[in-house]
Formats: sequence, structure tokens, C-alpha cells
Amino acid sequence: MPLLLPMSELLLILVSAILVNNFVLVQFLGLCPFMGVSKKVETAIGLSLATTFVLTLASICSYLVQHYILEPFDIEFLRTISFILVIAVVVQFTEMVVNKTSPMLYRVLGIFLPLITTNCIVLGVALLNANRSEYTFIQASVNGFAAGLGFSLVLVLFAAMRERIAIADVPKPFQGAAIGMLTAGLMSLAFMGFSGLIKL
Amino acid sequence: MSIVFISVAALVVLSLIFGAVLGFAAVRFRVEGNPIAEQINALLPQTQCGQCGYPGCKPYAEAIAAGDKINKCTPGGEATIQALAALLDVEPEPLDAVEGEKPQMVAFIREAECIGCTKCIQACPVDAILGAAKQMHTVIVSECTGCDLCVEPCPVDCIDMIPVTQTLQSWKWEQPLAPGTLIATDRESLS
Repeated sequence: MPLLLPMSELLLILVSAILVNNFVLVQFLGLCPFMGVSKKVETAIGLSLATTFVLTLASICSYLVQHYILEPFDIEFLRTISFILVIAVVVQFTEMVVNKTSPMLYRVLGIFLPLITTNCIVLGVALLNANRSEYTFIQASVNGFAAGLGFSLVLVLFAAMRERIAIADVPKPFQGAAIGMLTAGLMSLAFMGFSGLIKL
Repeated sequence: MSIVFISVAALVVLSLIFGAVLGFAAVRFRVEGNPIAEQINALLPQTQCGQCGYPGCKPYAEAIAAGDKINKCTPGGEATIQALAALLDVEPEPLDAVEGEKPQMVAFIREAECIGCTKCIQACPVDAILGAAKQMHTVIVSECTGCDLCVEPCPVDCIDMIPVTQTLQSWKWEQPLAPGTLIATDRESLS
């Protein structure tokens, strides 16, 4: 397979991971930060940036680990544990960088930054990439980046909606988390509508 | 049996590589001091008056960074609390002072009574008092923060704190209400 693929294929991966197979609303991965960090748009943007960064880096690293360590030595059963190791290191690295470059963001993200480690999307993307053995290095990293973009898109959209809902006149039984869950469900329904867009 | 050794060796090598990367990052991205305390300190009025209970603005900034309340700065008043609340992403609280927010004051030395003892000059945290020993002192109005630390040490009680009157030059429009609080029913639903 040639190293440089036609742009259309990368574009297809982008659209697929952002809209059609959105990791949060269609594949239901990474719901904890989706519900937990969507109270304010600013925090949501911060977490989106951090998660996108981690996702891209983690899919690059896990691709390298998969193709240059696990496959040549035929020890693919170590996939999960080595990917978790990769993700933990990438998150720790991101935490150091964020603490250095933007202490305010570091404080706002607080506990959620280390919690990216347990964000199922990160491990999910790494494992899905490894399952698709036909993916090249660039395709795998674009897939990770696109997964991050898709996560950012829905997280920011959802946070914007929740900011509106916070000052809206919500019936008593629906106040708080209940209306959040309902909104998430409706958003998920809307994203299911993209499934007719393309087939991969 | 060899597969066991290969697996163990692979994981060990991976861990060593990652450990080296993290070790390098820890050195490369080392954070000196507490950067949040610096940002808080930049928002405080730098009067060094000590009315918050700390010996100056920097120690109070460090205390806030460590979790102290943000409403102890009397000279900063409401504006500083709002700025701190925005920076730290917490709820603004009313000013925690005995007599609440005072109007902006400025020190005034009755120059005929001044004996030139320089005690007020030593007390002034912002060097706003001009004078020398056995010479009459006076206050640089534009530098005075109104902290009243100079009133106490004066042996002849010739320093008055006078409120700054509003002139046409110093008058400002009031701050507009935040969005979402413009209408009375909005404010009720928020509270």
C-alpha cells in the first residue's frame, strides 16, 4: 500500500469518525466526561483540546507499539496492557505540558485531566486501529485526531445546550441530571441520522 | 517458554522507554513556584496594607492559591473580588471587612502641624509620602491607596483620611448588568 493515500480516503475517515461513527453519541464511548465536564463551555473547550491532543498522540504511539513491537514478536495478546501503558504515559506527559503552558487550564480541568486515562474513547480508538490492520500510520493517526474532533464537537455543543438549560424554566422532575440525560439522548438520535451519509 | 521471556522483555523495554520520556518531560516542563499565585498577585492592588491578615499582597496571593477566601482585600474591593472569582472560576462573595467597602480615601497631612518625624514615611507601603527629617511631609495623592497605615504612627495626629470626591474627570458610567440578570424575573429565577 502506498504511503501517501488519496486525500479523499483521509477525508472519509475524518467524516466517519466525527459524524457517522461519532464515538460519544453513536458508539457510546467516553460518556463520563461527556456528562461530567459539560456544565460550562469554557471547561468543555479545555477538556476537548486536551482529549484531542491525547487521542492523536495515543493513536500514533499505539500504532507504533502495535506494528513494531507486538506484531513482529507475535505477542498481540499484550495489546490491552501495553496500550493502557501508552495511554497513561501520554496523559501524564500532557498533564506536565498543560501545567507548564497554561496553569489556569490545568486548574480548571483539575481531576478530569488524569481521568482522560480512563476515557474509554482513548483505549477504544487504539484498539479499533489495531483491529483494522489495513490502516497505515497516517490513517491511524487521522482516525485518532478525528475521534478527538468528534468528541470536542459533541462536548462543546452539549455544554452550550446545558448552559442554556441552566437558566431555562425546566419542570421540577426533569431538573438537573435528568434533563441532561434527555438532551444527550436526543442529540444521539440526531447523530444517528448521519448513518446514511457514507458507508465504510 | 520463550514467548514468556519475549513478552516480559517487550513490556520491560516499553516501560523503560516511557519512563525515560516522562523523566525527560519532568525536567523539561518543570514548573517553578506556583504560577497561579503569580496570576492572583497580578490582580491584587499591591497596596501591601496587610488588611487581609497577611503581610502583603504576595503572601495573600499564595494563601488564595492554597485555598483561602478571595474576599479579604479591602482596598481592592468589589472589583478585585470579581476579577479573582473570574480567574479562579469560583463564586464571588461579598467583601469580608468589618465596615464593608469604604469609599476611596486619600491621606492628607495638615502641613502646619507636621513636625517632620518621618514615622509616616516608614509606615507607607507604597512610598506615597514625600519628606525628610525635620522637614514638612506631604502626600502624593496619585500614589496614595488610602490604606490608613500612616495615621496610627503619627505622634501629632496631623494626618486625616479624606474621601476622594467625584469630579467630572473621575466620574465613570456604572458597569452594565451581566447578561441573564437584566430583567427582575431573571434575577429571581437565579437566586
